[in-house]
Amino acid sequence: MLGSFAVLRKQSLLGDAISHAALPGIAIAFLITGAKDSNTLLIGALISGLLGTFWIRGIISKTHLKSDTALGLILSLFFGFGMLLLTFIQKQPNANQAGLDKYLFGQAATLVESDVWLMVIVTALCLFVLLLFWKEFKILLFDKDYAKTIGFNTKTIDILITSFIVLAIVLGLQTVGVVLMSAMLLAPAAAARQWTNSLSVMVLLAALFGAFSGVFGTAISATQNNLSTGPVIVIVASIFVIVSFIFSPNRGLLFRQIRFIKNRRDLELHKTLSFMFHIAKTHEDISHPHAIKILNNFQGFTKGTLKKLVDKNYVVLNGNMWSLTNLGFQTAANLYNQQSKNDE
Amino acid sequence: MSKSKIAVQVDDLTVAYNYKPVLWDIDLEIPEGVLMAIVGPNGAGKSTLIKSILGILKPIAGSVSIYGQPYEKQRDLVAYVPQKGSVDWDFPTTALDVVMMGTYGSLGWIKRPGQKEKKAALEALEKVGMLPFKNRQISQLSGGQQQRIFLARALVQDASIYFMDEPFQGVDATTEIAIINILKALRKANKTVIVVHHDLQTVPEYFDWVTFLNVKKIATGPVKDIFNDDNLTKTYGINYKVSIQK
Repeated sequence: MLGSFAVLRKQSLLGDAISHAALPGIAIAFLITGAKDSNTLLIGALISGLLGTFWIRGIISKTHLKSDTALGLILSLFFGFGMLLLTFIQKQPNANQAGLDKYLFGQAATLVESDVWLMVIVTALCLFVLLLFWKEFKILLFDKDYAKTIGFNTKTIDILITSFIVLAIVLGLQTVGVVLMSAMLLAPAAAARQWTNSLSVMVLLAALFGAFSGVFGTAISATQNNLSTGPVIVIVASIFVIVSFIFSPNRGLLFRQIRFIKNRRDLELHKTLSFMFHIAKTHEDISHPHAIKILNNFQGFTKGTLKKLVDKNYVVLNGNMWSLTNLGFQTAANLYNQQSKNDE
Repeated sequence: MSKSKIAVQVDDLTVAYNYKPVLWDIDLEIPEGVLMAIVGPNGAGKSTLIKSILGILKPIAGSVSIYGQPYEKQRDLVAYVPQKGSVDWDFPTTALDVVMMGTYGSLGWIKRPGQKEKKAALEALEKVGMLPFKNRQISQLSGGQQQRIFLARALVQDASIYFMDEPFQGVDATTEIAIINILKALRKANKTVIVVHHDLQTVPEYFDWVTFLNVKKIATGPVKDIFNDDNLTKTYGINYKVSIQK
């Protein structure tokens, strides 16, 4: 859901950076409390995730580095630091340490009821804020400078969106894990974008795709032993993306190709018809028969197109002679006008 | 002209992105009710000037006032038409939606646009001749149509002062005429219109006021008095000759 905004802001990698940045937070929270209580760990993740995000923004606004450079830098810095802490923790004589690496790839089986409730509450909160500030989010995404001139504090809106993205990511960490979280954020949004041209529908679809991948992924991993949930969920989400890229009616590759071929055929047909029209025009009687041979001079003419024209009642064939029908003549005469009408 | 009110006043404005100033010590008074062109070479700071007046960019020094008050207090009086290239036109939204954004400012936080706002947006679309395209996805509009959508969004704001950043860039003759007719109608209604403009040939035909800008302000005043080879040469640095129809 929130992924839609990340995709539209062209900050897709931000999700990746945030989830990696959360890792040291988890480790530090564990080191301080010594317990594996997931709420504490998530708060640690939240803090270091936010810290990473604002560092990235700082780097982008204070230096001349491009945003991808800043993201990459922070991502590897935090992830490296997180890994360092993890290995350090592993060497400690503490029975609790096992299981922290679950956060790397996620493990839905470690979820307990209180975790699920937390997720529900936060999701509801996200939804509420989203509905409340819909207008503000939309205008910020589309045209930031303009939003500023009509009196919106763009920084506030920006921070609000970013904070909620971070929150969503941190919550997902337990299920999908640090490494794959960004896919979970982006895949539903990318898939949804293919199906619609409306922001509201896109957000809704993204939420649906996300939920479905979650449910299906968990179901699949539950039926097989030793299939970890996170990767399965991400694979399901990716399947949504692939299907969307190919089959969506407007932006999909398949239908675009079909439309392209159909357009070409129509144009070929029209060209042939108008060629015939120009020959027929020179005669008083429009249905004066002509030899098919003349048409061979016309590039792009095939028996197929001739047959199609006959099917449409534009042309009558008589042996190896053809003649235009009244309908065909009228259609050809209006061909250009008609086309411009179709264009609107 | 001296008796008319000053719509926009700029004092000692200096703006820099890095080390080199983009605008240096600009003083400018724009009287109410003029249709003004800002002309100057690339990199002269034309867009920067508009953006600083609108508070998008923070100046290093200087101040701007709109009818004698700081911009923050006078937002309702000002509408902005950004450069067409400044937004992502593949954004999933319709023409009508974009025009509706013009009403967001007066709505304020959280409140949603209702029927009244929609009606205003439709009227603005009608004015720019884009009503038949109201439900089009914005990526499927031509460049000229996109520009007209931006103009409609500003019209919805029903402001007193309009700032436009190169509205004629990359549009065909039909759109250019449509836009200039709207601008002239705005001037008739005693609105002030400030346009960043590139086509020097059309300045005398379209505008009645002009500002020459090249980092510093070269000249500002009525087109018929100051739009001459002397100022053009000072601004562009080459001997630029245009035929001026007085």
